[in-house]
Amino acid sequence: MLLSSEDVKRIAKLARIRVDNGEVTAYQAQLNGIFGLIEEMQAVDTAGIEPMSHAQDLFQRLRADTVSETDRRGDYQAIAPQTENGLYLVPKVIE
Amino acid sequence: MPLMPKTMTDTIKQLSNLLSEGKASSVELCKDYLDRIQRRNPTLNAFISVDADRTLIEARAADALRAAGQSGVLTGVPVAHKDIFCAEGWLTTCGSKMLSNFVSPYDAHVIEQFKAAGMPCLGKTNMDEFAMGSSNETSFYGPVRNPWDTERVPGGSSGGSAACVAARLAPAATGTDTGGSIRQPAALCGITGLKPTYGVVSRYGMIAFASSLDQAGPMAQTAEDCGLLLNVMAGFDTRDSTSLDRPKEDYTRSLNLPLAGLKIGLPREFFGSGLVGDTAKAVDAAIAQLHALGAQTVEVGLPNSKLSVAAYYVLAPAEASSNLSRFDGVRYGYRTPEYGDLTDMYEKTRAEGFGGEVKRRIMIGAYVLSHGYYDAYYIQAQKLRRLIANDFTDAFKQCDVILGPTAPSTAFRLGEKTADPVEMYLSDIYTIAVNLAGLPGMSLPCGFDAQGLPIGLQLIGNYFDEARMLGVAHQYQLATDWHTRTPQGI
Repeated sequence: MLLSSEDVKRIAKLARIRVDNGEVTAYQAQLNGIFGLIEEMQAVDTAGIEPMSHAQDLFQRLRADTVSETDRRGDYQAIAPQTENGLYLVPKVIE
Repeated sequence: MPLMPKTMTDTIKQLSNLLSEGKASSVELCKDYLDRIQRRNPTLNAFISVDADRTLIEARAADALRAAGQSGVLTGVPVAHKDIFCAEGWLTTCGSKMLSNFVSPYDAHVIEQFKAAGMPCLGKTNMDEFAMGSSNETSFYGPVRNPWDTERVPGGSSGGSAACVAARLAPAATGTDTGGSIRQPAALCGITGLKPTYGVVSRYGMIAFASSLDQAGPMAQTAEDCGLLLNVMAGFDTRDSTSLDRPKEDYTRSLNLPLAGLKIGLPREFFGSGLVGDTAKAVDAAIAQLHALGAQTVEVGLPNSKLSVAAYYVLAPAEASSNLSRFDGVRYGYRTPEYGDLTDMYEKTRAEGFGGEVKRRIMIGAYVLSHGYYDAYYIQAQKLRRLIANDFTDAFKQCDVILGPTAPSTAFRLGEKTADPVEMYLSDIYTIAVNLAGLPGMSLPCGFDAQGLPIGLQLIGNYFDEARMLGVAHQYQLATDWHTRTPQGI
């Protein structure tokens, strides 16, 4: 599966990583090289095999719905780029 | 009280004895290590953060505990920590520009365990950025140099921890292993490193790369030390949803078990055409040594292991693309200085904050998870994962522990493999399958090549069989001295 430059731009958008026009070709070459490695997988017939996401096939542990965390907002926001009144500031999204 | 210089090569076990016999204090030990770090780190670049004041506060507290008769077996013994573990009040960078300003407001579970054991932190070690790499060349803080030959890599991603132990800048260090990142640098630096069964060590506060593969583990001079350290690190933690609730065990309990009757499996795929030269000779000599100790070997098959690198480079990037989506410049870490709208802020923050290898892997991950490709790539890789794990289950019906080389070559030169990502990925050809299956694995030194570079032997245990695996390694280390060798001029 060879990536086109349009594919690279689309993936960059999905990943929210800015890729300038000048960088697309380099990414395309590197990613296609890695896909060459990944393509080896396609030779294997995996019909009837259950996908494995976890070594122990665990399922999600649950806990009682009670408050267990203390309020450390001050500590956590002390290291944030921009905050105001306990809120994280970002450029306006809704017009 | 003056310390003999030889304490710089003391193991965790020996330091513990020194402290309990009153022959040294934690403050004295830490000062000596800090002095060595100051002198040697500029060349090796093994540490990203050192904070002598902070270390000595912990050392004084450890000495006070001992004076009050409240010390444990490892109280006062210092360790270094890979900079992937959030440690309160310490800069925690994960080797990245993205976290170059992140002073952690909390401790990882692993850090809490070491604090509870009274073991001071000597500093945060350098690593490949976000644990993605096999040479410690992707770090924002520059490459780490191998103490055995400073023009060569220490391996990665736990390259700083490996180099620091090899150069005896610390008696031991923590590392993490997702595709080989404890074992491979341990091999290239001539030390002993262990990755436990998945779920044994909590990942809370350990910056996530690939959540179904990541595991923390000890990197030290001996298997015995790794067992002592694993006793500190292991344990159930409700804050990690994949942490296993199992009865507490002593990982040093089987160290003295003789090897008579032990069946060691040799996978034919690990002894094929890829295993050559001095590495092949050293591994063969290790097998002969283990025979002499009473073990038997049997050939086993891991037929699907040859696809483990391909499957890994679908699964790990996929999980990484999800885990690293939190780095957006909003709540912590780097934010791009100039931006227009929110999308612009995200895209520039991430383009500038992440290095090339990280961006490549995030993009691969985004692609294989995207609509139209998910079944062909991600699900296919998950199915291969099942086949690879099944191969090990079958192999362990015929043997107790599996053996092979850790890495295909000894330490390569800085810059030698950075041009082609795939060439770098193949450094992990013997280690990756172990992470995919979730099994415990370790590397221990078994010789040197013609250029004096260390060679590592890999042991792979069955699920939760760390104690037996450590026992095999310990018996080998009683009969050999590779693990006691240190680089010239340290």
